[in-house]
Amino acid sequence: MAKFESSNQVARNSPVKAYFIHHIRTLISSLGFLTRNGLSTVMTMTVIAIALALPSGLYVFLTNISHVSVGWDNSAQISLFLKSDVTEKQAQQLVKKLNLYEDIKTVKLIHKDDALEEFQRISGFGEALESLGKNPLPHVIAAQPKIDPQRADKIQHLLKELRNLKEVDIAQLDLQWVKRLYSMLEIAHRGIWVISVLLALAVLLVVGNTIRLDIQNRRAEIEVTKLIGATNAFIRRPFLYSGLWYGLSGGVLAWILTSISIGLMENSVEQLASLYNSGFQLQGLYFNEAMTLIGFSCSLGLLGSWIAVSRHLHEIEPS
Amino acid sequence: MIHFDNVNKRYPGGHEALINLSFHIPRGQMAFLTGHSGAGKSTLLKLIALIERPSRGNILLDGINLSQIKNSKIPYIRRNIGIIFQNHHLLYDRTVFDNVALPLIIAGYTHNEVGKRVRAALDQVGLLNKEKVAPITLSGGEQQRVGIARAIVHKPGLLLADEPTGNLDPELSREIMELFARFNQVGVTVLIASHDLDLIGQMQRPVISLKDGLLVHDDLAEMTSHG
Ligand SMILES: Nc1ncnc2c1ncn2[C@@H]1O[C@H](COP(=O)(O)OP(=O)(O)O)[C@@H](O)[C@H]1O
Ligand SMILES: [Mg+2]
Repeated sequence: MAKFESSNQVARNSPVKAYFIHHIRTLISSLGFLTRNGLSTVMTMTVIAIALALPSGLYVFLTNISHVSVGWDNSAQISLFLKSDVTEKQAQQLVKKLNLYEDIKTVKLIHKDDALEEFQRISGFGEALESLGKNPLPHVIAAQPKIDPQRADKIQHLLKELRNLKEVDIAQLDLQWVKRLYSMLEIAHRGIWVISVLLALAVLLVVGNTIRLDIQNRRAEIEVTKLIGATNAFIRRPFLYSGLWYGLSGGVLAWILTSISIGLMENSVEQLASLYNSGFQLQGLYFNEAMTLIGFSCSLGLLGSWIAVSRHLHEIEPS
Repeated sequence: MIHFDNVNKRYPGGHEALINLSFHIPRGQMAFLTGHSGAGKSTLLKLIALIERPSRGNILLDGINLSQIKNSKIPYIRRNIGIIFQNHHLLYDRTVFDNVALPLIIAGYTHNEVGKRVRAALDQVGLLNKEKVAPITLSGGEQQRVGIARAIVHKPGLLLADEPTGNLDPELSREIMELFARFNQVGVTVLIASHDLDLIGQMQRPVISLKDGLLVHDDLAEMTSHG
């Protein structure tokens, strides 16, 4: 055995060094291989990118809506439209009375003249309204409840109480749609998870299939390297690296796609926000979120190629 | 170096490719394996290279019983064997240099050492000036020599060649055989399967002959029994 094994020991790298040298070589040559396969590589990358950009775009969208809606938490308010024959003085007395309610945080009287003026200013129907002669609007009291928006029963109770006041014509709760929005956001968030999981599976399949074809195309090469004494780990490595590259490039591309989409939407969102007197700005992916996206993408690429490799590589043996 | 001890090889389907084969090829020997097509020559070489496993019997390679080698250890055995095929098995998307470098890359040699050894191997087969070309642009004989360079670049103790001259004209075949003889001179054990009896006759080396999977003639056994 002596000669059989020792003849090769001369100028070989230490195992650890050889290991790293080989990894780097493979990393680079697998990149070279991918660039040589131009079109199919680009296609795989793009499919991955689109599959990942979709949930991340949705995520950005929802995060933004949640940001906006945080401000609405406190703005759940009850509008009390007073009967038209209620005088200003009566209205002010009612305000004082409401201020004593323990379930009510703030109370504000919106005088019907102010309301009319505001309405004329905004609507541009000034002349038409003037021709009516008399102000058709009632006084309105805006009351902000001091109740957890989740406690629908308590709010309903308060609402009923207010409706029964003799000055009040209509009591309207603006909470309903806030709650609805919240539950919709909740559903949408769950939806994103479902979509993400499905699309992650799609990415796995795409990478797995690409690597499987890769393995088939390089069948002869795999046989020869096995014959020359390559271990399975050696043969596996370039395919795993290809998967990693696919994941990395797909992830970066997904980030770019998401950013571009946000950029395209930014203008119109800002216009919309300014209509509502809001200084709202669209917030894209934060850096750490982008890194998570890319990291996730890399893991998917690696996992997809791992599955393909472990399923198909051992089928190839020299004969 | 190579010990066969009552080796049988039955392929799935029941065909007995090798029957009760026993022989010994000493270290540093150069020998030929001959027989008609289908006699079992390739099968015999595949058993040594662990491409196939025997159905019965033992094969010892430099004292190692191959039936005790687990699949995961096969690569390390193969690294000490240079294998040459009739149809080259070159990688056509790589240069000659990269093809020859492959065994060294697998074994983890340094960059400098790879360069030195590949050039030395190409020099030995007379293709030093072709290192940068694609194998497809070479003639059949040249491609075969690239295959040989790849088989000897990591200085294996054993060279196995399966019909290495099958596609070549007599003159080129003769050159290839001389090349093998030169490796043998520096101590490499060489076993060449060939049915080219003329060529084998010219080389004057011991011959093992198979017929339908049976050993019908073994010069090496006669040498030991005479000596
Ligand atoms: N993988 C295989 N499966 C079944 N039979 C095989 C296989 N390989 C070779 N054989 C059979 O084994 C016999 C010996 O084949 P082989 O070793 O290739 O002979 P040779 O190389 O001397 O021409 C032949 O009859 C062949 O058909
Ligand atoms: Mg054969």
